[in-house]
Amino acid sequence: MTISRREVLGLGAAAVGATLLAPGLRLIELARARSPEEAATSLKRWGLLIDASQCGDCDVCVTACHEENGVVGHGRPATDAQWIRKVTLKDKQTGYVQTLPLMCQHCEEPPCVDVCPTGASFKRADGIVLVDKHICIGCRYCMMACPYKARSFVHEDTTGQKPHAPRGKGTVESCTLCVHRVDAGKIPACVEACNKDGGKAMLFGDLKDPESEIAQRLARAPSTQIRPDLNLNTGVRYRNI
Amino acid sequence: MTHIHYREIEGRSLGYYVLLALLGALVLAGLAAAWYMEHNGHWVTGMSNQIVWGTPHVFAVFLIVAASGALNAASVAAVFGRAPYKPLARLSGLLAIALLAGGLAVLVLDLGRPDRLIVAMTHYNFKSIFAWNIFLYTGFIALVVVYLWMMLERRLNAYSRPVGVFAFAWRLVLTTGTGSIFGFLVARQAYDAAVLAPLFIAMSLSFGGAIFILVLLAACRGTGRPLGDELLRRLKNLQGVFVLAVLYFVAVHHLTNLYLAERQGVERFLLLDGGVYTRTFWIGQVLIGSVLPLLIFFTARAGARTLIAFGCVLVLLGGLAQMYVFLIGGQAWPMPLFPGKEVSSGFGDGAIAAYSPSLPEVLLGAGGIGIALALVALALKALPFLPESLADTDDDPHHKTGAA
Repeated sequence: MTISRREVLGLGAAAVGATLLAPGLRLIELARARSPEEAATSLKRWGLLIDASQCGDCDVCVTACHEENGVVGHGRPATDAQWIRKVTLKDKQTGYVQTLPLMCQHCEEPPCVDVCPTGASFKRADGIVLVDKHICIGCRYCMMACPYKARSFVHEDTTGQKPHAPRGKGTVESCTLCVHRVDAGKIPACVEACNKDGGKAMLFGDLKDPESEIAQRLARAPSTQIRPDLNLNTGVRYRNI
Repeated sequence: MTHIHYREIEGRSLGYYVLLALLGALVLAGLAAAWYMEHNGHWVTGMSNQIVWGTPHVFAVFLIVAASGALNAASVAAVFGRAPYKPLARLSGLLAIALLAGGLAVLVLDLGRPDRLIVAMTHYNFKSIFAWNIFLYTGFIALVVVYLWMMLERRLNAYSRPVGVFAFAWRLVLTTGTGSIFGFLVARQAYDAAVLAPLFIAMSLSFGGAIFILVLLAACRGTGRPLGDELLRRLKNLQGVFVLAVLYFVAVHHLTNLYLAERQGVERFLLLDGGVYTRTFWIGQVLIGSVLPLLIFFTARAGARTLIAFGCVLVLLGGLAQMYVFLIGGQAWPMPLFPGKEVSSGFGDGAIAAYSPSLPEVLLGAGGIGIALALVALALKALPFLPESLADTDDDPHHKTGAA
């Protein structure tokens, strides 16, 4: 096989082009990420849109979340932590059955933050609700207050912790919306897994950016919050419940 | 008015030392239970991610509520100017501090991280009713200490009344705060009601009053000091009114919930088919804790001391039953995330949560009672809290034997 001079030049140009472009593309990804020095901004509000009609009988979101965040159980369902869970709903009137993932709803007015005596429960400027593990005293009042049962108390010693998701016996924890990934310009592990191996039921994005896919899809068709009567303005929205 | 003579108790009898030993053992058992729970983590208790507050909270809230009510006798004397209650004011203040200390100790030792108590003292979220309560509790203790000082120091006696009035106002706010810990919980149908604040005030009057009568009877009997029938008659009648007040607010709370379609599920659970919670409510709280004591308090003669003491014990057992149904039963009922749907998950959604109290939890709670009573026993020996005599002619100059 012979290669003409023209082909050599073409391949060379392509290689040079790729070499020049690749860092540029990488830079775009990095530019989307927040630098560690930069504070979270209220110009963004991170959220999820979950389409229950797309959610099938799998739990890849749960597995991915717990793997990503090192949430290891001890085979004790009553006390093991669950950052995200699959809930099955059956309509009492019609018998229609559906399933959906449920986690911290990242409320704009989070009851857990209101009741926390030390301020360990807090909401970031970009809407992500977190627990500061250093000042949580383990009083569990946030668990009493959360309408979504989204929080877990760490009932025993932890193993297999991840550096980005510290856990500690005697403190309360919940879904962080994979804040470590979001800050690096990536999407939460549950959403990634659902898109890859699940029913593509979950969409992550900036609710405040009118150009974002999530904002556009929310603007186009009806969606709902769980317990909208509480007027908490959740960051996690559902469709087809 | 005749002068009241107070004197420390001797505290040298065998009975006193046996009492201290028993209370000390209770305290040690409580501390050991707390250590065991913290060392292993809360999974060794009956508590879970469904029942997040368990038996320790039953005892802690019971003691904290009773603490403010133990100040009744002092308040009746200071605020309403009833002379017969004045000799009781010191014991009343002492008991209030001791019960609060016992309750707070249980609360703190049941934290996931009790070692971080200093964090709770240095980081405050002022939107949290829990944070307000930290100030209400510590403020109450400080206030009652000052009140006791004004009463114990003769030169400052004149100031004891205004401080007593202030302490009365503070205790009403404090119990409002304790009730509102639950009243503000919008997510849970068994709570989330403004009536919980006055209900808790009524509970404090009743539980605190019953403990006060029991401690008074025991202290007078143990030290051989006279206690007048007339004084006891007043106390038992007042206690009956407090028991009625609790029943009234409980009835209002349940009636309101029964009227709302969305809350009929939780009411049905608590009042009709909730198994242990329904039985604890009707047999423990209503029959043993309210109906029987009412019969005793409104029919027994003041001389029937054992019967009156028995009535007070029933009130306290009923009070613990009430806290158990309220706290554990209230959490056992699932939160209404999806009205109109049957909900299920691997995290207890839509299901009645299972709970059975574990030994460490009960020991920790009983340890709190031990701390409170041990403090009282030691303080009675250290300082003159108890009058030498509470005979009717001594405590009420207006009382004539055979009157009323």
